[in-house]
Amino acid sequence: MSEATRASVPSSAVTATQNGAVQNGAVQNGAVQSDTNGAPITPRGVVHRGGTPNATLPALVERFGGAIVRHDVTWGETCVIVQRDAVHAIIRWLHDEPSQRYDYLVDVTAVEFREATRPLEVVWHLRALAHRRFLRLKVELPKRLPLSVPSIVDIYSGADWLERECYDMFGIRFDGHPDLRRILMWDSYQEGFPLRKDFPLRGRFSRAEQLKQALAANPEARYSMEELHIAEAFDALPEDMKRRLTVEREAHGDVERGA
Amino acid sequence: MGLNPLPTRASVTVDPASQDGWVTSRLDFLVNWARAGSLWPMPFGTACCAIEFMSTAASRFDLSRFGMERLSYSPRQADVLICAGRVPLKLAPVIRRIYQQMPQPKWVISMGACASTGGMFDNYAVVQGIDTIIPVDVYVPGCPPRPEALIHGILMLQQKVMRDRFKDRTLHVEIEPDPDSQLYIPPSRIDELSEPFGNSVNQTRSAP
Repeated sequence: MSEATRASVPSSAVTATQNGAVQNGAVQNGAVQSDTNGAPITPRGVVHRGGTPNATLPALVERFGGAIVRHDVTWGETCVIVQRDAVHAIIRWLHDEPSQRYDYLVDVTAVEFREATRPLEVVWHLRALAHRRFLRLKVELPKRLPLSVPSIVDIYSGADWLERECYDMFGIRFDGHPDLRRILMWDSYQEGFPLRKDFPLRGRFSRAEQLKQALAANPEARYSMEELHIAEAFDALPEDMKRRLTVEREAHGDVERGA
Repeated sequence: MGLNPLPTRASVTVDPASQDGWVTSRLDFLVNWARAGSLWPMPFGTACCAIEFMSTAASRFDLSRFGMERLSYSPRQADVLICAGRVPLKLAPVIRRIYQQMPQPKWVISMGACASTGGMFDNYAVVQGIDTIIPVDVYVPGCPPRPEALIHGILMLQQKVMRDRFKDRTLHVEIEPDPDSQLYIPPSRIDELSEPFGNSVNQTRSAP
């Protein structure tokens, strides 16, 4: 991206969002308005383009200025396009920084456009529940380069299956994913990545060949039992949840005593 | 194909004058009567057709009138596989195994447009008619079929069962798949059936 498209945050937006606080009765910082009880009000009259960016944006520009390619605000939602190499550090910061606390990863997905030269976009939807903020992060991947972005499973473990789905449908590799394999199509699927624009709607093989290959797959070999093993997941639970489960089981007499 | 006639009142002979009260009948009539009156369905519900199947099985439409209220969620105690809904290619080996686990004699009802033909899902992920992977006895059209339509299909299946004859097994032949392709329809026919647009390898959703 050229320097001209770099993020240029209006100075008024920066001054208005210095503390990032939610104020009653005023649309500020892209934050949700609250009524007198602190309950959110449905925003009205949101402009399509060019609204006030999220309070996170100035902080992001200040800290990762060089890695921010550009940003836009659509229907009040802030979208930040960042550089591929910085996305892991940015999401790590958004998750860990106390003033941001993006604690909920809504979705990881990708977009491919009809224009052959237009790059693919990988999209992360993040939400900060405490601050009532929504942020959309994007990375542009030119088609001539290998399609890969850093995995964020080490930050949000919920990204595991989302990244697998994105890999399955678009063929985008997530570097550092612990178990990157197909999730919707079966492991031995040969025909490519179905949501890519060059993928024929009916698939690449003939119907008979598709059936033959699908029938040759072993349905019980597709799922590892570790994925489905609930008893072993008990050890990974937080201590308070373990205690609660154990106490409830004891109250019901499920736990043998004295043995 | 000449169908065997449905059994009539004459299939059972009663002699009330006899003190023993005996009846005479054909063995295949009795066997078919018992089978047709207690077809235990194995519901394979994958989509909206399964919702219609649920209401068919519930009290308003009352599937127990036909001896089918005992839904068999294990294929090993089932007589009829009712495939209600679209079958993705990923489920093809699953429904095939369920069908193979059912004891003979067994029948299959393909419920709805998607199970019968793939319906609107003419894409890379959906089986274009389950008759390519398992043999189907009755196709019920509809999207989804009303419970009355499914019951009509069930009654047709009962008629098919009643027409079966020991000496003439051509009505219900439990065919084996082609050993080479493991399909019930020759691969060339499947490709032909996937017209009208053909399996257009070059068809994409993007602008040229």
